[in-house]
Parts: sequence; structure tokens; C-alpha cells
Amino acid sequence: MAFASDILKGRRKSPFYRAAVKTVKTVAAIAVTMLGLLFVTFFIGRVMPIDPVLSIVGERASQEMRDAAYVALGLDKPLIVQFFYYIADIVQGDFGKSLRTGFPVADDIKRVFPATMELATLGTIIGVSIGVPLGVLAAVKRGSWIDQVARVVALIGYSMPVFWIGLIALMVLYGKLGWVGGPGRLDIFYEDIIPSVTGMILIDSALAGDWTIFRNAISHIILPAGLLGYYSLAYISRMTRSFMLEQLNSEYIITARVKGMSEAAVIWKHAFGNIKVQLITVIALSYAGLLEGSVLTEIIFAWPGIGSYITTSLLSADMNAVMGGTVVVGLVFVLLNIFSDLLYKFFDPRAK
Amino acid sequence: MNQFRSFTLGAAIALAAGVTTLPAVAETPANMLVIANRIDDITTLDPAQSFEFAGSDVNRNIYSKLVGFDPADLTGGYIPALADSWTVSEDGMTITFTMREGVTFESGNAVTAKDAEYSLRRAVMLNKTPSFILTQFGFTADNVGETIVADGNTLSITTDQRYATSFVLNCLTSTIGSIVDSKVVMEHEVDGDMGNEWLRTNTAGSGAYTLGSWKPNESVTLVSNPDFFRGAPAMERVVVRNIQESSTQRLLLERGDIDVARNLNPEDVAGITGADGIAVDSELRGRLMYISMNQKSEILSNPKVVEALKYLIDYEGMQDSFLNGQYTVHQAFLPRTYLGEIADKPFSLNLAKAKELLAEAGYADGFEIGIVVREAQERIEIAQSIQNTFGQAGITVNITVGTGKQILGVYRAREHDIYVGAWGPDYPDPNTNAGTFAFNPVNTDEAGATGLLAWRNAWDIPAMSEATLAAVVENDRDTRAAMYEALQREHQQTSPFAVMFQKIEQTGRGANVQGLSLGGAITAVSYWTVTK
Amino acid sequence: MSLTETSSKPSIREWLLTDTPTSRKHAKATVIYQAWLSFKRNPMAMIGLGILIFLVLVAALAAILAPHDPFVQDLGARLQPPLSEGYILGSDSLGRDILSRLIYGSRITLYIVTLVTILAPVVGLFVGTIAGYAGGWTDAILMRITDIFLAFPRLVLALAFVAALGAGIENAVLAISLTAWPAYARIARAETLTIRNSDYIHAVKLQGAGPLRIIIKHIWPLCVSSLVVRVTLDMAGIILAAAGLGFLGLGAQPPSPEWGAMISEGRRFILDHWWIATMPGLAIFTVSLAFNLLGDGLRDVLDPKDGAS
Repeated sequence: MAFASDILKGRRKSPFYRAAVKTVKTVAAIAVTMLGLLFVTFFIGRVMPIDPVLSIVGERASQEMRDAAYVALGLDKPLIVQFFYYIADIVQGDFGKSLRTGFPVADDIKRVFPATMELATLGTIIGVSIGVPLGVLAAVKRGSWIDQVARVVALIGYSMPVFWIGLIALMVLYGKLGWVGGPGRLDIFYEDIIPSVTGMILIDSALAGDWTIFRNAISHIILPAGLLGYYSLAYISRMTRSFMLEQLNSEYIITARVKGMSEAAVIWKHAFGNIKVQLITVIALSYAGLLEGSVLTEIIFAWPGIGSYITTSLLSADMNAVMGGTVVVGLVFVLLNIFSDLLYKFFDPRAK
Repeated sequence: MNQFRSFTLGAAIALAAGVTTLPAVAETPANMLVIANRIDDITTLDPAQSFEFAGSDVNRNIYSKLVGFDPADLTGGYIPALADSWTVSEDGMTITFTMREGVTFESGNAVTAKDAEYSLRRAVMLNKTPSFILTQFGFTADNVGETIVADGNTLSITTDQRYATSFVLNCLTSTIGSIVDSKVVMEHEVDGDMGNEWLRTNTAGSGAYTLGSWKPNESVTLVSNPDFFRGAPAMERVVVRNIQESSTQRLLLERGDIDVARNLNPEDVAGITGADGIAVDSELRGRLMYISMNQKSEILSNPKVVEALKYLIDYEGMQDSFLNGQYTVHQAFLPRTYLGEIADKPFSLNLAKAKELLAEAGYADGFEIGIVVREAQERIEIAQSIQNTFGQAGITVNITVGTGKQILGVYRAREHDIYVGAWGPDYPDPNTNAGTFAFNPVNTDEAGATGLLAWRNAWDIPAMSEATLAAVVENDRDTRAAMYEALQREHQQTSPFAVMFQKIEQTGRGANVQGLSLGGAITAVSYWTVTK
Repeated sequence: MSLTETSSKPSIREWLLTDTPTSRKHAKATVIYQAWLSFKRNPMAMIGLGILIFLVLVAALAAILAPHDPFVQDLGARLQPPLSEGYILGSDSLGRDILSRLIYGSRITLYIVTLVTILAPVVGLFVGTIAGYAGGWTDAILMRITDIFLAFPRLVLALAFVAALGAGIENAVLAISLTAWPAYARIARAETLTIRNSDYIHAVKLQGAGPLRIIIKHIWPLCVSSLVVRVTLDMAGIILAAAGLGFLGLGAQPPSPEWGAMISEGRRFILDHWWIATMPGLAIFTVSLAFNLLGDGLRDVLDPKDGAS
């Protein structure tokens, strides 16, 4: 997963100098990526056949009101000028206002991103805690029925249309059986009771010591998080198996075995110890994928996260909101990538 | 908030068995009303700017107006609200309101004539989209100093000519007639915006409820105002959650997680009808469904063709199949329950007659025409039904589906052939629809009267426009009603509009919920009458 | 996976398994055949392959297999449950036969898969190999562009693209390809970097081959196997993405029997008439599972890192 550092080849004098150059170049690379991201989104937004002014002033507005709104939005200026104004604002941390909600985009994102983060984090926890042991087991017992079962479990996870299984699960587990909470993050009458600190209800309710709400929140999140977790489990368990196989076939493991080391020590201490870094990379990537906001899951479960925020904004040509959301998601993605990249470079001897 | 919290703890203990073993059917607290609705159209709560359905629902429960409607008797017309009484001057141009005593805003400030003066002036001066409801009486930012004046306990408003008093008062019942707390609003003024930005997310009213919270696209929470001048509401807390899907709303209702589901489709209504503990209400609303034919089209400007097409729509068939229970056939531009309503239905599917008319018009072999429609299930189905029946007379119909905003752009630019549209009245007076379906004084492109449906369809009607204007100044109620009846009968025959249906809102509710009025065709929902 | 036809005297099997190939083509054939043998030993991969062959047959013979016209409405027979007379899998809200719609929908699925498979990996191969071979600024610029597209939330990019160009199946294919190519570019570049400095390429260079010729004739073939594995594994994701777009109303338009769009239509009835949304969901699931089984098997065979199982 080479990333920002690809272009940084070359021999430099002191280690300090090299580190400094590297940092500058990495930051520059992030900036260029973000700029490109914005440019593409901006361009798509402008060619969309939807009139943003109409979204604001409504159908009954007079022509003068429309013209006034048009000028107020700066739409009368050339595209490239609009783009530079927008970038200038963003650099100052101002993402503009959402046309659809009327709130500053930054506020909207502060509200919706924690919802996605809560879901993605729990999903990843589920995925890791089942996926990693499953992958190790499959590798150790390669070819056995356990391996086959693990394979089928994982492949089914890859193959599920989440919007479909989500609908069915909601209908059965909530509608018919009442085992889990319904759509949304809480039962409606629990809303607005605990103070919002992190925006993640599980954490906020725990902080407030309100365990009823905590349990209610669990009952709501468990189904969507379980589905996302299953998906991430599929990926993580396959990758774990693959990494483990590579280790188990390597010379030093064979040597260790010959030396009479216990099987558990061979597997967990040596083989697993060696794949930790690779594994963290994989988990980071899978987490990044979930943090993008699983649009379909969020829609099915009426989960007010960033995926559905960007999507609904997009469909009403609310480009400030779309661009703001995309930048945040893109930034998270890039940062997680760089993080795993660094980790890799740092710990993995072969990458040197 | 605190008292609610202790209440929740109580409820929490009751539910302490916990989520792992949820009760078969949950129940919402007895003093709380939980509603599922589509509320993603709210962009502001400022009554001088808010102009969407969900916005007026919130507004009607937070702000009081000078005059209002009794939810229990909507057909009875407007009744005193913040104004106790009013008198009309000799020349019919000045109405003087005497304010009700002892009413307070949520801040504790008393509601005075000065607040009313400020609120109405503010609505005119801000000049936001709905301001036409007031400015059509001749109020401008320059003249409000003389035309809207408080004096002691009274407020006088002076219009630019004599209008039917009912017309003026009906307009004052709409959202833009809300009376805001002038002291509080002025404290939050920024750069001369008259508190527009602050009122977008905050409220300063004297209604049955105050705003608990508003999370765009998520929920609106209202908290009851125990000092409400019509008496403290029974529901201490009302939560409206944005739920898009009909099936999700139904699931929540069946599980008892909500009290009211407002967007159920016919299939789901059928599914819950007769279910234990659930009731379904049907209430006639003001929204009309119509098709209109652009008079710029050579074919469609032929009156015989227009008439023929009106005979080529399967009104009854649609009403009884996919629109079942949600729309009723209605063929005049004033919704039922409006002053001057007529129930005439001169048109029905009549293939033979339509073919005869088409032959007379010189289109015996039909023609090819486009229909534009926005991507809403019922409208697409209507378009498909029309495509089918037009086809039986040899007319080839090309349907173009697009997002609401795209299609509206085409319509406002007068670039369509046939448009499948919906129209909801802006205020509870017949002029709200007459003024758009039957009014188009200047038909040129340059006039740009995009707000007028008659203009959008390039329908040039100088005489009918005069008749529409005459009806708004007639002060005798019966004469005025007769004028609208005549206007509609002529409109039915000659206009390029085929009004087809009027909306019926079907609401699923817990059987224990009583007294919910959605506002009929004339106003918005009221929560303060609800009991459980 | 075609076997080279020969008129050799020893049995074809022996010829294919020989340790001493007589020509380059012969050597290639033995490699492919041995891969096939090891692939054949993987029962699940064979199941996947079987399902996909079945899918292709169904799509090809749709006109013969389908009991009804997939578009003809019959309002008198709407919402028939499965196993009712004439409607094995039931009928939908407009009285159309669900089985027939599924059968015709397989064509759309194959169409999408084929188009994306042609578009995305080829673009990725192009960009990746050029970047890897050229190095320097070309590499930096191309990879930056790749990064930009990678950093996009995938479904959002696809949605934005479709929203801008209009809903429809071709635009959906383009949109999905747009989100899929960067991953292939990365792989192709990585492969190119390892191949670029090999003795083999140096030798070709010495013979006077130009860069374009080297890339197309000598580097592309070496990148193909890892791309094939990756594409097969991604195929399920592509099907799911297309269905997701259809579900959101931005893919295939009604009355098209695209499976995702069918779920979307059936969603309105899911509480009382579960089969309308369930049947196409099962179809999507089965096909994407088949691709995954196949891809997993292929990876075992073609990807030496994992070792054959």
C-alpha cells in the first residue's frame, strides 16, 4: 500500500533533512489529493441539471427573489472564480452553509459523522474480534472442514446485498420478533435526554451513567453494526488466513517446529506476531471503508450518518454539503492510509 | 428538560427488564406524542420565510396569529386568536384589531399590539418567498410605517383598496401572519436581518408549544406551553421523527414505537386496517393533482384537442386502483371545503367522444406528445395511466421522468408539452388558487410570471384575469362564492388544465390517540387538542 | 481456459502433462492445464463456475425459458404468492411474473459485468503500467490522480456521476468503472515496478524495442493474472454496486427487470408480500457468491503467495 511517499525516492544527506523533506512532501501530497477531490466534486456539482436556487427560494418565489439568491450564492461569477472562493473559505475552515438544512456544513458534519463513526467502530470491533481468530484457525487447519466453513462464511459476507438483507432482518428481527430496536439510533422518546458530548450515543450515555439509554442504543445499533461487522469480518478473516499461511510456510517456522517449540507458541508468538503490522494495515483500510458511511445501510436503518447526508444532499444539488462531506471522508481515508503506510514502513523489515 | 428526565427515569424503571427482552409491543409515554413524518423540507423556522408543509406544521403549534382556526371546527372559518375582536372601517380598507389581554410569549413578555405591528411589518420588509401573501394587499417596505400601525391595545392595517374582509383575514391565518416576540427578536438582530438568522433555528412565539430541538432531516421536538391561552396541552412533549419509508413507519406503528404514521402508502394502509390497537383516519387535504397543456404547443393550443384529452383520462380507474384511498376525483381548481367549491365532474373516460373531437380538430390519426413528470411513485403511475388511455386514441406519449427540481425547471421555462403537477393552496382563501390557475394578465415570456400556473402554460386570459380580480373585492360572502363557482365552471371547459384529484391524507394512529386534526384543506396540524 | 488443439500421437493428457515441452506454446498449454487440474480439485470453485455457466445459459435462452413476457402487466393477477398457478415465484405489484423478470434480468447483470470488466481493468492497466514504466513525473501525476479517485467514497462518487449524467444503465456502468479502475492501476503499477528492472525486460530493450511495445507486448501479459484474480473477486462488488444504484433508483429504470430495481420496487410491499423483494435479492446473492467462489479458487491457483490448497 505505497502511498504519498511514492514520489519521494532519492538520496539525501542527513536523516533529519530526509525526514523534513518527507513530511513536507507528504503534506503537499495530501493537499493535492484534497484539492483534486474538491475539484472533481465541484465540477460534477456544477454540471448537475438541478437548480440550487430553486431549492432555496422555493417554487413560488418571484423572479427578483431568485435573482437575488443567485447573486448571493455567487453563481453569477465564472466557475473558476467560484471554485477559488470556495477553496479560500475552506482553508479558513468555512465549508459554507448547507442549502438543504440551512445550517453551516461544518455543524451538520459534526452532527452526522459521530453517528457513522459509532456504527463503523462497532462494526470493525465485531469484524476483528471474530475475523482474526477465524482467519488464524483456517490457516492452521488448512484444508480441513473448519477452513472450508470459514471460507464459506467469509464469501457469503462478501456476497450479501446489504440493502436487501438489512430490509429482511429489520422486518423479521424487529417487526415480527421484537428482538432488536427499530430504525434510528434510539427509541424516539429517549431522544434529547442525555447531553451530547461526543455525539456517539453509546459513549454519551455511558458518560451520563444512563444505562437504560445505553441499552436502548445497543438494541438499535446491533443490527446495522452486525451487518457491517459481518462484511468486515469476511475481508479480515480472508486476509488473516492469507498472511498466516505465508508465515506458516516460511523457513523459520519450520525451524522452530523442528526445535520442538510448542505448536501454540509457534502459531501465536511467532507466526501471528509477525503478521500484526500487516493485519493492522488491513483493519485500518477496512475501518476507512466503513467510515465512508455505508450509504445503503444508513438509508435502510434510518441512521443519520455521513453517507446518507452526502447522498441526500447530492440529490438536491446541495453542493456545499456534498463537498464538505466528501472532503471529510476523503481526509479520513487518506490519513488512515498514511497511518498504515507509516506503520508498515516502520515495523516491517522487508519494506525497507 | 429536567422534569422530563425524571419522568424518563420512571419509564426506565418500568422498562428495566431491558432491551434484551423487549416487550412484545412497546408503548409511548402517556403524555408524549410521537409522530413519523417526512420533514426533510424544513430549511427555516422563521415564520416570515417558512413556506413548506412540514414547516407550517411546526409553526402552527409554536406561533399564534391574530386570527386562527378551531381544529375541532375547521369549516366554521376563522375565529379570534391573539386578536379579541376587529372592526372594519366605512371604506372597507382599514381593519382594526383589539388585542387579547393576558397572553404571554415563551420569554414571559406580554403579547402586545406593538409585537403584532413589528411582526407584520417584518414579514413585509424581509420580502421572503411567502411575503406575497401580505404584499398582495399593497403593503410595501416603504409604506408599512403608515399602513400597519399599533395604537395602545389596537392594531390597524390599511390595504391599498377595498378587499373582501374574509380574504384579508384568511391570509392572516397563514404562517406569515405569526406574531413574534419583538423584544426577543430584536435582541438577536444581526446586520439588520430583523432576527431572520436567529429565528431560523429558534422560536419566539405564544403558541401551544415551544421548540425543544430541531435536527434537520432527523427530528423536531416540541415542548408544551402550560400558559397557552387556550389551555395547557395534554401532550407535554411532541416528537416528529423524519422517516421516509412507508413500510418503516408502519413497522414502528405496529410495534407501538410511534403514535402516528403520516406517510403510509395504500398497501400499508390496507395492511394495518383492522389491526389491533391501530386506527386509520382519512382527512381531505388541499392538494390537487392536475395535468396542464402548454399553449405554446401548436397541437395543444387547439381547444378541441384540449377537450378531447380531458375525456381521455381514466379518473375513476386511477382513483379506484393505485390511488385508492389517497386521492378522490375532483375536477375544479378550488379544493373541496373552500369557499366557492363546486363538485361538478363533467369529464370521465369517454374514448368515442374523444376520438370524435380529435377528428374534428384534424387529428383523427393522433399525434406524438411529451409528458414530463417528477420521480414520485404516484405521479409516474398517473403518467403511465394517461399514456395508456391517450394511446387508445392513437396518441403516442413519451414520458420524461426527472427529479422534482429538474422537472420544475422545465415547467417554469414553459418548455414542456404536458406537465403532471400537484398544487397546494398557500392560504385558506379561494384567491390562492384562482390567482394562479385563472390569472395571467401578461402572457409574454418577458413577463416571467413563473409563479402563475396559467403563465407557465402560456394561457392568455385577459378577461378571466379581470373576473378573478373582481372576486377578491366582493364583500358579500354569497355573491363572492357564486363568482368563484362561475369562474370554475368556465375554467373546467376552456382551460388547458385538467384538474383530476384532491388529496386525502390517510393517517395510521394508535387507537388511544384522540383529537388529532391535520388541518384539513385550509391549515396545518394541531397537537394541542390531542389526548391519549 | 481453452486447451490447445493438437494432433499429437500420445494422448492429449500426456502431451499436456509432459515435463519436456517441445515449444513455447506447448509449455504454456501445460502450465494452463496444470492450473486447471488444481482448480478442478477445489469443489467450491467448481460450484461457482457451474452457477455462472448456468447464468450465461439462462441469459442466452431467456426467450425460451421465461414462461411469461417480463413486461406484460396483468392487474388481475397482481401480488400472487410463490407457487401459485402460472407464477412459480409469484407476481409483482403490476401482475408481472417474477421468474420471467429474473430470467431476463440475468441479461442485464451479465451486460453490466461484461462492460465493467472491459472498461475498468483496461483503464487501470493502462494507467498503472505507464506510470510504473515511465516513473518520474508521469508516475507522480498519474498516481496522484489515482489517489484522488481512491480517496472518494465509492458509492458517493458513483452517485454523483449518475446524478450529473442522468440515471440509466450505461451511466451506472461508467460510474462503477470510474470507482473501480484506481485499484487496478495500483496493482498494475506494482507489478510493473517489479518487472521493469528484470533481465528479461533489459534483454528486450537491447533488442531495440520501444517503450510502448515493451509495455504492451511484454509487461501487460505479466500483469494479467493478478488482475484476473482481482477482477473476479471484485465482480461480486460490482454486481452489488449496480444493484445498489438500481435500488436507489439511479441505475436501470423501470420497467427494466434489473434485480436491484426489482428489490426497490418490491420494498413497498415487503411487509405483506415478502417475495417481491426477496426473489431478486436471492438472485443477486447467488450470482455474487458464485463469482466469489470462483475468484477464491482462482486466487489459490494463480496467486503463488497463497499456495494451492
